[in-house]
Amino acid sequence: MSDTATHIVEHHLDEQASKFGMWLFLFTELLLFGGLFLVYSIYRYLNQDDFARGGSELDMYIGAINTVILLTSSLSVAMSITAIQKNNKRMAVILLWITIVLALVFLVNKYFEWSHKYHVGLYPGTETFRTLPAGEGLFFLLYYFMTGLHGVHVIIGAILLGFVIERVLDGKITSENYVFQENGALYWHLVDLIWIYLFPLFYLIH
Amino acid sequence: MSEVTHHKSFLENSEGKNVVLSWLFSTDHKRIGLIYLYLIGIFFIVAVFFGFLMRLELIAPGKDIMDPQLYNGLFTVHGVIMIFLFIIPGIPAVFGNLMLPIMIGAKDVAFPRLNLLSLWIYIIGAMLALTTLMGADKLPDTGWTFYAPYSIKSNTYVMQAVLAAFILGFSSILTGLNFITTIHWLRAPGMSWFKMPLFSWALYATAWIQLLATPVVGITLLMIAAERYLGIGLFDPSLGGDPILYQHLFWIYSHPAVYIMVLPAMGIVSEILPVFARRRIFGYNAMAVTSLAIAFIGYLVWGHHMFTSGMSGPARIIFSFLTFLVAVPSAIKVFNWVTTLYKGSIDLKPPMLYVLAFIFNFMIGGLTGLVNGALATDVHVHDTYFIVGHFHYVMFGGTGFSFFAAMYYWFPKIYGRMYDIKWANIGFWIIFVGFNILYFPMFIVGMMGMPRRYYDYLPEFHWPNIVSTVGSWILIVGIVIMLVNIIRGSMKGPKVGQNPWRGLTLEWQTQTPPITENFEQIPSVTERPYEYKD
Amino acid sequence: MKQENEHSMSYSANIWVWAILIVLTFVTVKVAEFDLQNLTVAVALLLASAKATIVAMYFMHLKFESKLFIVMVLFTLLIFGSFILLTFIDYWTR
Repeated sequence: MSDTATHIVEHHLDEQASKFGMWLFLFTELLLFGGLFLVYSIYRYLNQDDFARGGSELDMYIGAINTVILLTSSLSVAMSITAIQKNNKRMAVILLWITIVLALVFLVNKYFEWSHKYHVGLYPGTETFRTLPAGEGLFFLLYYFMTGLHGVHVIIGAILLGFVIERVLDGKITSENYVFQENGALYWHLVDLIWIYLFPLFYLIH
Repeated sequence: MSEVTHHKSFLENSEGKNVVLSWLFSTDHKRIGLIYLYLIGIFFIVAVFFGFLMRLELIAPGKDIMDPQLYNGLFTVHGVIMIFLFIIPGIPAVFGNLMLPIMIGAKDVAFPRLNLLSLWIYIIGAMLALTTLMGADKLPDTGWTFYAPYSIKSNTYVMQAVLAAFILGFSSILTGLNFITTIHWLRAPGMSWFKMPLFSWALYATAWIQLLATPVVGITLLMIAAERYLGIGLFDPSLGGDPILYQHLFWIYSHPAVYIMVLPAMGIVSEILPVFARRRIFGYNAMAVTSLAIAFIGYLVWGHHMFTSGMSGPARIIFSFLTFLVAVPSAIKVFNWVTTLYKGSIDLKPPMLYVLAFIFNFMIGGLTGLVNGALATDVHVHDTYFIVGHFHYVMFGGTGFSFFAAMYYWFPKIYGRMYDIKWANIGFWIIFVGFNILYFPMFIVGMMGMPRRYYDYLPEFHWPNIVSTVGSWILIVGIVIMLVNIIRGSMKGPKVGQNPWRGLTLEWQTQTPPITENFEQIPSVTERPYEYKD
Repeated sequence: MKQENEHSMSYSANIWVWAILIVLTFVTVKVAEFDLQNLTVAVALLLASAKATIVAMYFMHLKFESKLFIVMVLFTLLIFGSFILLTFIDYWTR
């Protein structure tokens, strides 16, 4: 095989291996949240009514809006891949920025949700919390833990996409070599996936 | 185009470069493997020391040299260090890193910088774990299993221990990720899956466990930390939490973790036996597939650690059944190893001695595992010394001995030198005898009813305890001999040629010690790995 | 090694996928208004899984990658599912 051909094959294998590695990492995230989903499902099974009561305290509309926001952010990051494939760096960067902005809007919504709960004293350690029925306490514990951990991942994902933008602008990501962007997008889709499950489990039980 | 310049071995340092930095921040899998080896060796010695102290206390009923609080702290940190700092990273981090890429004909692992990150995460986690030792009455005293609710309430350094284990988990996860990718994508031309060495198969199966099981304990430990720090009481009965759910989550990882410990060890047995029996391994395909089978079934048996905790009857029956199932592929391996020896030309060099001892110890450990897996008998032996004996036979007599075997086997490859064979043999016999004198009485005293994790015991358990403690002294003498021999050999041992054991796998076909890129030219593979003809 | 066919999703394909996801989200919210008793969780999870599958297959490109990736995803889900199932067996039968 000629040197160029070998180089192309090796480069391609490098990309495949890199993407493969990213998927493996996504599996670990799945199992990480999976442990929490397991706890949630057992406790929900044991405390159906209390969980329903807890769920009705949450604002379904903010939850639905956040779902739409994340789904749209998945769209924008997916389209940014299309853009880089078409060698349209400007469009790729715009779409990546849109993704990050949507992430920030999501976080702002979360902030409002949480601070509202804070104002009514509905968080661990307060007297209000202590007087909740046991199952409802568990519901809110899980709510804070799971949406909190998810929020941390939103932040990480947004930062990661920031690095992607930098690399597109630097020319390190090109239409020939965009696996870093693909991997960043994969991570972002995972953040979206987790929320797809969190939304109905926390906001849609009454 | 071939290079005319001398290819340095990976041990040699470049001109003008800071030696310490070039070792601590090297992405060379071989250097990373060696640093893991030295750190793990140190932590092993620390944990052995704690075991030694425990056995001193147990030599007679009543208080001997310490009070109960210190004893509880010692058995906890002994377990935490042995399990999270030695046995789980153990063979994959040391010998997987040192040898896997070479054995499959690659220049390095798939993600060398990630590999370096794994190492540093391990170092940070280990440092944090060691901070739990700052204060005899603050040693975590929950047992390495950190069961709720006591782990929430204990006024000791549980937080540091739990966070350290969480951090160390990431090192394990990333190593697993790296090895899976390496084995999928970096095998040399011609090396199909079923031409890989069995150590590679073992590491592959192990890596999937590292990848999928570890995050579960990670999040569980995070929940414990959250409960301690923020009052988030997921396992707090007063909040409706269920402590048994903690146990489920903990053992969902910690059972597969024992396969992280033993599968690579079995892989090493499969590597060493053919070389020193001069025969190809019997049933190569079965050995490869059983590694995968053990990993898979191993995900499904965790409940057998909880038979007396309060699970339902049907759950216990199902877990017991699945537990018996996982014994089958393990037994197939033992059968195949023994058959490999038949009509072989046995050479009792130190690696072979340890591997044969592995088979002996693992059989005892495995058979006693059946007692534990059967519901009726487990009720009797759970939380007794029978269990302590069982897991030391498989983890120490199994994985530990295999670790020593690997050290003796690949030592000449790594250092280009040989240790003193006579003293290695002496060390082996003392270790083997001491090990069995230390742990075998535990089956007896456990059957008689002596509980584990107890500072004190009834007078009728006295005699076996004396025997055990004396066994621990013999064992330690053997370990000291082994370590002194290995360390001296690494620095002053006589130099050896490329392939002193006449092995056929790829690591023996390249320079000793290996050059940084492992091969001057990536080899092409045509044969299966153990085609011994002499 | 054969060269993979670098299939790319067009802008409009991505938008169609997004539209389906939005519709499914709307359905999820609407369905939650009915009291389905024991089926509530199952239906919610089913809809969420439909959305997740679509995100994985199209946005995350699984449909166009080597089959190996799908096998790994399914294996991981199988293991995760076993954890949930075996734990539940304990609680269902207590």
